[in-house]
Amino acid sequence: MKTDIVLSGVGGQGILTIAAIISWAAVRNNLYIKQSEIHGMSQRGGSVFSHLRLSSEPIASDLIPYGQADLILSVEPVEALRYLPYLKKDGWLVTNIAPYVNVPDYPKIEDVIREIEKVPNHVYLDANKLAKEIHAPKASNIIMLGAASPFLNLKYEDLEWAIEKQFARKGEDVVEMNKKALKLGFDEAKKLFNLS
Amino acid sequence: MPVLPLLGDEAVAQAALDSGLTGMYAYPGTPSTEIMEYIQRSPLAAERNVHRKWSANEKTAVEEALGVSYTGKRAMAAMKHVGLNVAADPFINSAITGVIGGLVIAVADDPSMHSSQNEQDSRFYGKFAMIPMFEPSTQQEAYDMTRYAFDLSEKVGLPVLMRLVTRLAHSRAAVRTADTPRPQNQLRLPEDPKRFVLLPVVARERYKILLGTQAQLMRESENSPFNKYIDGEDKSLGIVTSGVAFNYLMENFPQGKVPHPVVKVGQYPVPYKLIQKLFDEVDEVLVIEEGYPFIEEQLVGLLGNPKVKGRFTGDIPRYGELNPTIVAKALNLPAGAVYDVPDVVVGRPPQLCPGCGHIDVYVALNKVMKKYGPGHVFSDIGCYTLGALPPYNAINTCVDMGASITMAKGAADAGLHPAVAVIGDSTFTHSGMTGLLDAVIENTPITVIIMDNSMVAMTGGQDSHAAHRLVQICQGLGVDPEHIRTITPLPRTRDQLAQIIEEEINYPGVSVVIPSRPCVTHTVSRKRKQRAQKASK
Repeated sequence: MKTDIVLSGVGGQGILTIAAIISWAAVRNNLYIKQSEIHGMSQRGGSVFSHLRLSSEPIASDLIPYGQADLILSVEPVEALRYLPYLKKDGWLVTNIAPYVNVPDYPKIEDVIREIEKVPNHVYLDANKLAKEIHAPKASNIIMLGAASPFLNLKYEDLEWAIEKQFARKGEDVVEMNKKALKLGFDEAKKLFNLS
Repeated sequence: MPVLPLLGDEAVAQAALDSGLTGMYAYPGTPSTEIMEYIQRSPLAAERNVHRKWSANEKTAVEEALGVSYTGKRAMAAMKHVGLNVAADPFINSAITGVIGGLVIAVADDPSMHSSQNEQDSRFYGKFAMIPMFEPSTQQEAYDMTRYAFDLSEKVGLPVLMRLVTRLAHSRAAVRTADTPRPQNQLRLPEDPKRFVLLPVVARERYKILLGTQAQLMRESENSPFNKYIDGEDKSLGIVTSGVAFNYLMENFPQGKVPHPVVKVGQYPVPYKLIQKLFDEVDEVLVIEEGYPFIEEQLVGLLGNPKVKGRFTGDIPRYGELNPTIVAKALNLPAGAVYDVPDVVVGRPPQLCPGCGHIDVYVALNKVMKKYGPGHVFSDIGCYTLGALPPYNAINTCVDMGASITMAKGAADAGLHPAVAVIGDSTFTHSGMTGLLDAVIENTPITVIIMDNSMVAMTGGQDSHAAHRLVQICQGLGVDPEHIRTITPLPRTRDQLAQIIEEEINYPGVSVVIPSRPCVTHTVSRKRKQRAQKASK
């Protein structure tokens, strides 16, 4: 088993939380992991990404080679496209479609969606809107994790377990809210498959 | 054996603790910051009362660590690559004095300059100082090598350099750690009381000792468990590699089975015999290393060797960090992207956080500077360097820690008026104070704006040495108290701030303006951390 994941978004959108949850779930299954992060200057409203590799065999490189990622999981649509060179031909692009506009020349969202649709295996949804619907505006990252959960080669229960582990310190309410967000993302993605 | 998920930085930190560390010294700098932060969080460090406070800068950090070593105890200093420039003086001279307790200097390089102003390769410093050096490929090696490095440091009586790069420093993997940490060393002063007195008469002898140790260092390298000759059947090519470059090589072959012989260098000096063996057996040698062509240049020298290729010869790009794809191309293996980045993707540079006090200062400063035209504002290293980008375009320089004040002084000396320096509170106590003293002595007409957000914000909100001391420090350095002006930068105080800056620019001497308001981003996360700590107690 091997899953190479590129996580992307804008600094502060919680991609390292997604990485931590997937890592917990992988460790529970005795998988090897390597997770590369960018800290420092790139955090401040800039583009951020993390390479997360899970495997039943030892992993050599901390970086995923170009053209080999199984999945790009993005919390922001332009950031999803920025890392396309890492995606393999039949890899999945799973992204939040709510734009984070903090640059003056941000493209039209229709143009962004058109590019996303050029990737044969894609899933997109408005995680910000969904997060508001369940009164959990900060949980759009976990909704996206739920939407990507079918492509991780991990069991859904392991992700739930990892969410408990990750948010335990913040109390039962936060754990339950994030589980709900995970489920919501998962259900939305499922709906999209049935349509297509 | 406990297995922990650790960043490369954290593996170094845990290994230092498990090696019986007494003192950790550092100044924050990406990608090295997490070494100290890990030790600050460590229950073992607290239990053993390991020193774990930030230092004013990298130079004081290395000197303090050397002081610990002088007493026979073990110490580590950590910094980013450009921090080693600041610490170069004690670093080079600690090789002349030698050490008593193990001393390991961990330096994290930043190829591709993710958060740095250059991509200098610290291995040159190790060679320059003539000390042993380690370059781990994995988090596990970062742990194992650091432990080995402390023992080696005491065995050969020299400081040891641990060279990390961003991709290892900031990548997490499982690390097997020791069951029981080694005890700390007992206090033991140097047997030769003069060896730390580097008067020429002593230094000459000490330098001869250092030169005499070089053969031993080569033997250590040649017999090191971290330097390996891995045989391969296809001798048309041999590969010399080190650090994370080794991982990228392995990534390109199933189960890491490289068909060519490989020399993996993990400990320096470059092990001569292993390299010689490779040269005898293969037709061509490819050197793959992260950073400058450090090993390659030593192999080919000035006259070159047609057998050798790598970054020095341009067969691998000289600029930027490596990755598995670059290495694949160097080996003529198929690799590369399937999808390109679409044209709609625009750049998203980092920017000042909403509500940041620096914004208020730059708006006020721009208002004042408009009539003088561009080119008058010298700045420094920190979040506020983002003031160079739109929409502010407020600053004209950023060179090294502290250079704002000194470059402004030089420009004022040369007749530029006004000459304004913009520097952060922690950068000021790191390397700005001495420059300000230069200006005070000559009463140079410069206006220094110390952007005080009361922490080292860029690297994650570490404690600043300047906290609540800036006015006192400036007065102590001799700035006229009437020309030390403090204000809280807010949208509603921008006009008042502009007026203050204008007045001080018109004063023909040194003045300091201190807009002071805690960092909006890290103050919140700090309070959250403190609450979490309280809750867990």
